[in-house]
Amino acid sequence: MSGTVRQEGSYAIVCLGGEIDLHSSPEARKLILGCLQEGKPTLVDLSGVAYIDSSGVASLVEGFQLARQRQLDFGLVGVSPAALNVLKLARLDKVFPIYASVQEGVASAK
Amino acid sequence: MTGERWTVVQVPAQAERLHALRNLVREQVTAYGFTPACVDNLVLAVNEACMNVIQHGYRGEAGLLELGVSAGVHGIEFRIRDHAPAVTLDDWRPRDLNELRPGGLGVHFIRQIMDEVVYLPTPDGAGNLLSMKKYRSGQETTA
Repeated sequence: MSGTVRQEGSYAIVCLGGEIDLHSSPEARKLILGCLQEGKPTLVDLSGVAYIDSSGVASLVEGFQLARQRQLDFGLVGVSPAALNVLKLARLDKVFPIYASVQEGVASAK
Repeated sequence: MTGERWTVVQVPAQAERLHALRNLVREQVTAYGFTPACVDNLVLAVNEACMNVIQHGYRGEAGLLELGVSAGVHGIEFRIRDHAPAVTLDDWRPRDLNELRPGGLGVHFIRQIMDEVVYLPTPDGAGNLLSMKKYRSGQETTA
């Protein structure tokens, strides 16, 4: 899995790529929760995700819950077909705010 | 239902081994002729079952996990053997999908994707032998 964080205005953009599984999801979780713990509204870019399992989805749910507690914007961006399939199986595709691009996410959340 | 010819791999029950197990499943189910969407789902379901063994079976302790795949006329069967404390399907607790919390999704994925899930008796009466079957149907296979 690859994971980077960049800043876009006040937003943290967590860009995840490759395979997010039990081995790599702790790193994804750390990146997502780290941004939110710093008080930053956060968008998670899943456009490069080739595979995600329930442990990866759990990291996204944790992020969503922490953002809600802290009243911070949180959403997913450019969700890859592989990731979207798993979110649909979990019936989470209607729960997470999903945006086509970072720009759309930042604009919609404001 | 299967052709009795099994492809079997045994690995340490560790998270870093899941990638190789997924590759094996992907190769087998793709060769069998399942559609790409069905291949992705079967890879996910087997991954989740192996994850259960690593996380909840061995609970981080060292142990072995054996994955077998057998394809036949009517479908494909996956068997996962471990030597962790015995469990039953009653121990599987899928979460209510209306309840938003991080865990419990793996079991839901397995039940949603597979046609049949059962624990078989183990040869020596110890550990677990999980059997998961996916039947061949016109919609899910291209062959």
